[in-house]
Amino acid sequence: MNAKAIVVTSGKGGVGKTTTTANVGAALARLGEKVCVIDTDVGLRNLDVVMGLEGRVVYDLIDVFEGRCKLRQAIIRDKRVDTLHLLATSQTRDKSALSEERMRETVRALLEDEGFDRVLIDSPAGIESGFQTAASAASGALVVVNPEVSSVRDADRIIGLLEAREIPEVRLIINRLRPEMVKRGDMLEVDDVLEILGVKLIGIVPEDERILISTNIGSPASLEEGGPKVAAGAAFRDIARRIRGEDVAYPSFEQPKGIFAGLRRVFGAG
Amino acid sequence: MLRNLFGRNKSKDQLKERLKLVLSYDRAKLSPGSMEELKRELLTVIKKYFPSDDGDYDVKVEQQGDRMVLVANLPVNAS
Repeated sequence: MNAKAIVVTSGKGGVGKTTTTANVGAALARLGEKVCVIDTDVGLRNLDVVMGLEGRVVYDLIDVFEGRCKLRQAIIRDKRVDTLHLLATSQTRDKSALSEERMRETVRALLEDEGFDRVLIDSPAGIESGFQTAASAASGALVVVNPEVSSVRDADRIIGLLEAREIPEVRLIINRLRPEMVKRGDMLEVDDVLEILGVKLIGIVPEDERILISTNIGSPASLEEGGPKVAAGAAFRDIARRIRGEDVAYPSFEQPKGIFAGLRRVFGAG
Repeated sequence: MLRNLFGRNKSKDQLKERLKLVLSYDRAKLSPGSMEELKRELLTVIKKYFPSDDGDYDVKVEQQGDRMVLVANLPVNAS
């Protein structure tokens, strides 16, 4: 992706925006990019705890917006990867403290004055001012979707709003895919979701309980290499490489189809 | 037919059809209710010119490439 400022969004809540922001941000930083992840969910701050940096928040995005501190004072450097940085949001204010103009200026300053290579903006759920402000500073978007009815419908709405904003690079991450359910025909396949939503794919992340464990301890799973393989962590690392323009093959999460499926295909073709 | 013999009705296929339908209404900013009304009014006009009691009418919006189109399949009595 050419976009240096990328909004992570979904419409629906609870599909994995914050987890995706933390993991993709960490993986990009591990690949050598100077990355800042920004939490824009004013009043419902969470990116700090997911990344394990909650103890170090002094100033936040709204303090920057309202001139109580310099931008540099609000940037928190990660303890594991020194190119990874967090700009937390305010937990005590509400969305009315956001401003599209200040958001754009802050992102510009991060990229141009502070020398960041990439800014990931974690959007709040919904389609109101919080989302609009998060999207206003972005030239690319990662739309996170779960393969289920309400998430797909909300993603379609969000994609429409991103297109209305003329954001040039909109990419889809299918999160929490359960291969065994896809195999049974009880969950949408990747191709189904792509056909319905009509945007380019950039990642498939399998459901993985180790994501919850990694958030319990505040350490992004994409940073865990070696040891038992964390499937979702590896998928987030692949997404980071694809954002950087690498052509990374998709691992097959689907088991080979059964003999009847094969027969059906043979007869169906006749 | 073989699909019916070998496979049960997959829930994901039902979901896919439901999503395609609901998203076509969402994208056209049309409620299923006003779609029904449109259909009724359309049929009143059609029946005025082609009296018929064939009830096999189909009116829907669907995605064709980049745009949404209104597709109406209205059999007329040619005899």
